[in-house]
Amino acid sequence: MPEHLTSPARFAAAATLALAATLVALPAAAAEVVAIGVLRVDGDRPLPISRLDLPPADLGFAGATLAVADNNTTGSFMGQEFTLATAAVPPDQAVAALEAMIGKGVHFVVTLADADTTLKLADAAGDRALILNALAPDDRLRGEDCRRNLLHLAPSRAMLTDALAQFLVLKRWDKWFLIEGSHPEDKLLATDYKASARKFGAKVVEERVFEDTGGARRTDSGTVQVQAQMPVFTQSAAEHDVVMAADENQVFAAHLPYHTWEPRPVVGSAGLRPTTWHPAMEAWGSTQLQTRFEKQSTRFMRPEDYNAWMAIRAVGEGATRSRSADFATITGYIEGPDLKLGVFKGDAVSFRDWDGQLRQPILLAADNVVVSVSPQDPFVHQVTPLDTLGTDRPETTCKNHSG
Amino acid sequence: MRQLLLAAASLAALAAPAGAYTVYVSNERGNSITVLDSDTLKVTDTIPVGQRPRGITLSPDGKRLYVLTSDDDHVEVLDTATKTVTGTLPSGPDPELGVLHPSGNPLYVANEDDNLVTAIDVDKGTVISEIPVGVEPEGMGISPDGKVLVNTSETTNMAHFIDTTTHQIFANVLVDQRPRFAQFTNDGKYLYVSAEIGGTVTVIDPTNQEVLKTIGFDIPGVPHEAIQPVGIRVTKDDSKVYVALGPANRVAVIDGKTWEVKDYLLVGQRVWQLAFTPDEKYLFTTNGISNDVSVIDVARDKVIKSIQVGQQPWGVQVSPD
Repeated sequence: MPEHLTSPARFAAAATLALAATLVALPAAAAEVVAIGVLRVDGDRPLPISRLDLPPADLGFAGATLAVADNNTTGSFMGQEFTLATAAVPPDQAVAALEAMIGKGVHFVVTLADADTTLKLADAAGDRALILNALAPDDRLRGEDCRRNLLHLAPSRAMLTDALAQFLVLKRWDKWFLIEGSHPEDKLLATDYKASARKFGAKVVEERVFEDTGGARRTDSGTVQVQAQMPVFTQSAAEHDVVMAADENQVFAAHLPYHTWEPRPVVGSAGLRPTTWHPAMEAWGSTQLQTRFEKQSTRFMRPEDYNAWMAIRAVGEGATRSRSADFATITGYIEGPDLKLGVFKGDAVSFRDWDGQLRQPILLAADNVVVSVSPQDPFVHQVTPLDTLGTDRPETTCKNHSG
Repeated sequence: MRQLLLAAASLAALAAPAGAYTVYVSNERGNSITVLDSDTLKVTDTIPVGQRPRGITLSPDGKRLYVLTSDDDHVEVLDTATKTVTGTLPSGPDPELGVLHPSGNPLYVANEDDNLVTAIDVDKGTVISEIPVGVEPEGMGISPDGKVLVNTSETTNMAHFIDTTTHQIFANVLVDQRPRFAQFTNDGKYLYVSAEIGGTVTVIDPTNQEVLKTIGFDIPGVPHEAIQPVGIRVTKDDSKVYVALGPANRVAVIDGKTWEVKDYLLVGQRVWQLAFTPDEKYLFTTNGISNDVSVIDVARDKVIKSIQVGQQPWGVQVSPD
């Protein structure tokens, strides 16, 4: 039985006590302090196909550092100070690292971990910390496995597949040849693509599985073999408009463009990809965010950095607007109806009260440009167009998040 | 006698055809300034300038147009008589929007990338002061007496009140998300601040920095997300306030006394900045996506024409005579 909150009062009382403990250690004249942690749990992930996609050592942390700096600029006018603690640990040390953070007065913990670890962390934290998921896209964390103290900055798989589906349907490219990997995440992603097809009126006309048979990412004559294999693998498929790859572990998708049997665009895990962020994004003032980040970290901002940045900006916004450093007050604000966070994607974003998911626009990026941003205009919604992406209130299976 | 003379003068003014003013439009993507004639409402010239011109501001005598060329990290000075760029001013990186002191000097510029407001002596071409403000400074407004400069910071979401004598911030007011523009009324009694993502305009009393009202917008058939207020202009008698609503493709008309929205005028796509002709016959709007300028008849609050300009029009200014 997972530990989750039973009453808001208990939540508030625990938070106030913990915060008081943090403040006591500070000099009398100091600003009110909001302590934030970022916990990255590095599991065994295969290396990406392209060396350009190798993860940097400060993945996620760099975005968090920038957000804390942004918060502190505002904080300097408000008498508030934001601090950052970071940890990168293997899965078996995740809970211990969380406990260490909570022990130091950190109540807002941004996590970059897989679904199982994220759940473990949320349950371990209970009412002592708010967990801000900046990585795991699993729908179940927003559905049957949702938690009271768990918010999601990372879009769900369903949001990503809906974002791409809307664009393809708008283009009338509605016959999809779906190729999925053999990992469990790939199956989940493929299932979401099929659901998006049903939701928006497209059709999966052919479905194939690309088995991951292991082996090294890099081999000396790898390209020769790929050029021979991929066309054959994609041969004799039913007539299709796009080749759609569901390959979260980056095993084969990057090899699809230019190697398909039919000359068709590749979408999904390669080609036109749905993502929260892309370093080429310049609209809605995002050049400023990009250049601020690049000045700080001398590399491009990745989706993980962006998700962590949004998480900490949400906490900052909660502290600024509620004029408080209190855990429960800030949490109440950011989960409530008043949050209108600017995240350089045109729309103000906020958390869905039924499952804790941040509603947000999704970029569709290919190579070095942002091609489009979903939701697409023709898809309307009675509350907000952003809720055309992912699981809407009437469909949610989440019972533990609110109330 | 004097009264008679005055009356005669105003009669003469009435009888004369409406003055032809010169309208300047910066084209963010076109790297140019489009020049329009306010009488014929036709494009008369296109002047090439530096990279990514956004904010533009005219000297009080109309002789110099300051063009904030963001990607060139400086301000270009355009001689309006010869229609050539005669020099540059140091502005610090990525200047976006600037405002001139009512006397014509200095020019205050928001540096989006550096969390600074830079005060530039336009005659000497030197930086007088750099004032640290919030994250992503953008909107710039100055009180009619020139004593108070207001800067808005887009990520900090504040209006920073700066004393123009000491160049120090003396007050900060929290407004809604992504404040883009600050505009004082002509009597100096109120300050309007637009919030692009918040979708509101905040009315502030500049004497005590108290928030008096937050004006919201509601347009049938237009999603709330598309209502993104940016540019604000106020008529000389402060009776009407015009607010550009970005991708809502509308300009809101607000009563300057009751702060009620009276009308929404349909203009081109993604309307950002506004400028009156000095006689307030027309209000010009820059529409970034449709690459045009809409002309609003101010007396009737009707859009009477749209004029194609360069690529992605951003800022607009009108000559004083």
